[in-house]
Amino acid sequence: MKHTLPDHVLVVGASAAGLSTAEALRRKGFGGRLTLLGAETALPYDRPPLSKQILSGIWEPTRAQLRAKEALDALDAEFLLGDAATALDAGRRTVRTASGGSVTADAVVVATGVSPRALPGQDGLRGVHRLRAVSDAVALRTALLGARRLVVVGDGVLGAETAATARQMGLDVCLLGPQPAPLTAQLGPYVAECLADLHRQHGVALRGGALVDRLLSRDGTVTGVRLADGEELAADVVVTAVGSAPATDWLRDSGLVLDDGVVCDERSRADEGIWAVGDVARWRHQGLGRTLRLENRTNATEQALAVAGNILGEDRPYVPVPYFWTDQFDVRIQAFGLPSPDARTVLVEGDPAEGRFVVRHDGPHGPVCVLGWRMPKQTRLHRASVVDHYTRPSRRTTPSAGMSSA
Amino acid sequence: MKIIVDEEKCCGAGQCVLIAPDVFDQRDDDGIVVLLDARPPVVRHDAVRECAAVCPGAAISLDEDA
Ligand SMILES: Cc1cc2nc3c(=O)[nH]c(=O)nc-3n(C[C@H](O)[C@H](O)[C@H](O)COP(=O)(O)OP(=O)(O)OC[C@H]3O[C@@H](n4cnc5c(N)ncnc54)[C@H](O)[C@@H]3O)c2cc1C
Ligand code: SF4
Repeated sequence: MKHTLPDHVLVVGASAAGLSTAEALRRKGFGGRLTLLGAETALPYDRPPLSKQILSGIWEPTRAQLRAKEALDALDAEFLLGDAATALDAGRRTVRTASGGSVTADAVVVATGVSPRALPGQDGLRGVHRLRAVSDAVALRTALLGARRLVVVGDGVLGAETAATARQMGLDVCLLGPQPAPLTAQLGPYVAECLADLHRQHGVALRGGALVDRLLSRDGTVTGVRLADGEELAADVVVTAVGSAPATDWLRDSGLVLDDGVVCDERSRADEGIWAVGDVARWRHQGLGRTLRLENRTNATEQALAVAGNILGEDRPYVPVPYFWTDQFDVRIQAFGLPSPDARTVLVEGDPAEGRFVVRHDGPHGPVCVLGWRMPKQTRLHRASVVDHYTRPSRRTTPSAGMSSA
Repeated sequence: MKIIVDEEKCCGAGQCVLIAPDVFDQRDDDGIVVLLDARPPVVRHDAVRECAAVCPGAAISLDEDA
């Protein structure tokens, strides 16, 4: 198929994935018109620090900005910030916006990320927080400074990080969720159990295998959480971190295939001239032979690079080794690859008793994941052992187990 | 080209080392980036630009004119 270079690229969503796509386009020599449309008014900023340095107050919120103003100016792009896309006409590649405007381009990149889910009854209740945007982090910090007891609902990365940060701020913290240990899905049982120990050592009360019945409140203010088994946990502040949904509402009538994300081919292409990147994209991972949607920071930039290349005709599949990290208390955990529940856990470096180690998950066809605990460099060195699993075209007989998102 | 790294933003992912191992390394104890060559030769510039772009901590910035 002949590739026509676009004259105008519109990126919808001006955060990690969107901005990286724009930057990569310029770096690869794209000289045409470039527009970034973003719902938030703040200049593009990074989210990982929100639950860490911004929530704890170590950084001023502006420190999370992704690029200095001069670097954004040098992009020679038009930033339409504080305006959200409300609809896409995929055939024309026209995007309508909340302010009543519309932008038509030759290529449209969907980079709208995800929005956090809510618990029933949460909206409008004082004292219940979610954490996705910098304004959420600032509001939560203010609330925590005036609170004594925090309950975090949700035992994924976000919930566990929030619990750790709040505990370090001196609050009484309870972290609850359905899994036996926090992050079991992302880390596998062994490392997740180490993480549970870490939280306990620091005085976080853990409630594994717990389901929420409902939020408790008085006069419109939250007072705690009631569990399915009837137990009631009192709280001044409740954080819900119960997963996110791809921000695809605005694409409802676009004709694009939506299935827990914008469904794309191996090249992250959703339709003729339409691409998706970052947390919102569900693309076909050629090495794994199935679709994947990743919610992590490295994927946002790596997929952006791939999409920018494909917009310019490189015609290459996006075949990453998934990577994410999390910081909790004084521990940095890193994972290359996706853990698999049926894998064997093998210690390959360090010693858990000394608080520094790397383990590898060996699946039936070889290593699928390496996980490091306070050993970043060594973990990266073991990454090589899992590359094959992700980059070789699928030759496995059994479908690889695991999660669809990290 | 001059490279500036912000150690406080570095999350030890090592993406930079994977792309440009003769320009970046990581400390053995905590994985924080070590700049081996703050003024890399021209042949490395493209790789270094890619490092700055993919660094998940936005910890690498470049002064192209220096
Ligand atoms: C608190 C927190 C901590 C995290 N920590 C880690 C970590 O330690 N390690 C890790 O690997 N990952 C972490 N992540 C995940 C990581 O931040 C995300 O994977 C990354 O931000 C994804 O980038 P994105 O650009 O795809 O999506 P987003 O960052 O969500 O950006 C999407 C942008 O699109 C905008 N938008 C949405 N809808 C519209 C619309 N209709 N029109 C216009 N604009 C729209 C949004 O306002 C937003 O600015 C964390 C996330 C959070 C929230
Ligand atoms: S890529 Fe960035 S975050 Fe990762 S080690 Fe290099 S400088 Fe640090």
